[in-house]
Amino acid sequence: MAKMTLEELRKLREKAQRSIRSRESAEDDIHLTIGMGTSGIAAGAKDTLAALMAEIEKHAELSVSVRQTGGLGLEHAEPTIEVRVPGMPVIIYGKVTPDVARQIVQKHLINKELVDEHIYDRPASDLIGPDANK
Amino acid sequence: MAYAQYCLICDGTACNSSQSERIYEQIMKYVYDHDLEKTCQVVKTGCFGFCEQGPIVKVLPDEAFYVQVKPEDAADIVREHLLKGRPVSRLIYREKDADSLGAVDKISFYRKQVRVVLRNCGFIDPESIEEYIAREGYQGLEKALFDMTRDEVLAEVEKSGLRGRGGGGFPTGRKWRFSKEVEADQKYVVCNADEGDPGAYMDRSILEGDPHSIIEAMAICGYTVGADRGYVYVRAEYPLAIRRLEKALEQAREYGLLGANILGSDFSFDIEIRLGAGAFVCGEETALLMSIEGERGMPVQRPPYPAVKGLWGKPTVINNVETLGNIPVIITRGGDWFAGLGTETSKGTKVFALTGNVNNSGLIEVPMGITLRDIVFNIGGGIPDGKAFKAVQSGGPSGGMIPAEHLDTPIDYESLAALGSIMGSGGLIVMDEDDSMVDVAKFYLGFTVEESCGKCVPCRVGGRQIEKLLEKFADGEGTPEDLDKMEAIGKTMISGSLCGLGKTAPNPVLSSIKYFRHEYEAAFKKDVAETA
Ligand SMILES: Cc1cc2nc3c(=O)[nH]c(=O)nc-3n(C[C@H](O)[C@H](O)[C@H](O)COP(=O)(O)O)c2cc1C
Repeated sequence: MAKMTLEELRKLREKAQRSIRSRESAEDDIHLTIGMGTSGIAAGAKDTLAALMAEIEKHAELSVSVRQTGGLGLEHAEPTIEVRVPGMPVIIYGKVTPDVARQIVQKHLINKELVDEHIYDRPASDLIGPDANK
Repeated sequence: MAYAQYCLICDGTACNSSQSERIYEQIMKYVYDHDLEKTCQVVKTGCFGFCEQGPIVKVLPDEAFYVQVKPEDAADIVREHLLKGRPVSRLIYREKDADSLGAVDKISFYRKQVRVVLRNCGFIDPESIEEYIAREGYQGLEKALFDMTRDEVLAEVEKSGLRGRGGGGFPTGRKWRFSKEVEADQKYVVCNADEGDPGAYMDRSILEGDPHSIIEAMAICGYTVGADRGYVYVRAEYPLAIRRLEKALEQAREYGLLGANILGSDFSFDIEIRLGAGAFVCGEETALLMSIEGERGMPVQRPPYPAVKGLWGKPTVINNVETLGNIPVIITRGGDWFAGLGTETSKGTKVFALTGNVNNSGLIEVPMGITLRDIVFNIGGGIPDGKAFKAVQSGGPSGGMIPAEHLDTPIDYESLAALGSIMGSGGLIVMDEDDSMVDVAKFYLGFTVEESCGKCVPCRVGGRQIEKLLEKFADGEGTPEDLDKMEAIGKTMISGSLCGLGKTAPNPVLSSIKYFRHEYEAAFKKDVAETA
């Protein structure tokens, strides 16, 4: 990437917004976001991520993208994962041990049902994105 | 087959103790009665963090949020909402003070939290500059550079009423103005990411979750005051924060958002990282600047303030991470928008690290003016194991203990100071009936004594003396004279210490004596206790 001008920044912003939006509307792919701040990692997020990836590997039919983010503000419930499956509400799972991660793949991603006892809520509404002001 | 509806029943500790189990059974029963089990999934969840209004039931995808649900309400929720698609309006949460929120009335307050500084934490991949840019990132810098004069940017920051989040609460706009108005061949912007308070991790989370917001803010500050160099002083114990910040700096340079002629303008700015070795006193601004210069970090007398005479004698704006995190939003949305949140004297939000004996510990961001009760019992979900609340310690080792009778105080800089505590950097530690206030005071004082740089007498000697007296109380050997002595020494430290470390170190002791004197009296030596 060469140094941008003002024009190029504006264009890049539009393009980046489109790609975030397509992820958020989750029209085809499944999108998982795992909290990987210091406290998430201390709570075991790396093991959770490994278990998640291993389970997803087993299911070639799933088209899943996995990305990381910082702390969600649910430190008491870490590790956390946000799950966006087309046609289903966006769900945040907490206390996701490797075992729960495998359940999420089996139940939520494949059977399209929610996993009991592990659903949490985003602590605040989004100030910026397309979900803002809901 | 996916379900068409999901009925979520909060099974957090607080809701569970008020019959969420019964509600679950009842809802299940009606779901089966009406053959809805194939189209509607009923699940139990973790805590939704709105515990005073519990039990809580949520129906998705409609986002209906039902509060104070009783087992008898199950029939209506199932028959009306799940079966016929008509939300049960009497159970839907309504915002009491929806009218008084002014500029920010669009934010949903049922969650009690408003994430301005933490707007991107948990949304973006912190290692992707493009995700940051997609979420209004670098839009504040763009606006400042191309649509606003330096005076206009400054005016917006002043109008916002933003005050320093590093502890002092000094008006940020005024600090920037001091620096801007000095003529100098070189000026600096410094971000204070030393974060030395035990239990505090707001700054770390911001750097880890949204490093570009700090880079953008520092560039905006540099443009405003006329600085072309910045430093982030971050403690070496934060390896992940450092790594993400380094990566963000590289990306920003590559994209032309740092370096010479940013976005083709005539403004140039770059940032370097400086690592601190983890001394608490190096968070104090004058000590921090000495440390950047390569000296041993020791506070020096102010004035002159760093804004006028700082790094290498040049005007230097030094701001805390969280303070800076607000800046891009203030520029994109305007100072008035920001000032629409908070109280008369304290605008915007504050990030707190809520820990201790509380069910939902975590990093929270709330509008200034929220009550401690809301924080502890709603967001925090109350005290574990049904124990009674005793006190909140705010402001870390420099703060004080706040007892139950002040739980309804709307918190801002002034109200906390009036209670003998401080906002500090935002630690909030909840204590229950089993915690000894003498032990807590001793823990914090021990910390500040250990971290005192030893330069001035009140702090070096006074702290040690109080610590010795506290040890007597911890051993049940205190006397009434010892109590008086601790108060007298504490007052001397407050008035005579050189820097904030000594000025605030007695707070945990003085506030615990003020509100929990009986615990000290209970620790009087036996014969004293009998004659008293
Ligand atoms: C002993 C001591 C420790 C401090 N530690 C920090 C710290 O870790 N982080 C911080 O931002 N401010 C800290 N401060 C406050 C700074 O001196 C300074 O007020 C602050 O960085 C200014 O930024 P602000 O106006 O944005 O808050 C400390 C002050 C004292 C007296």
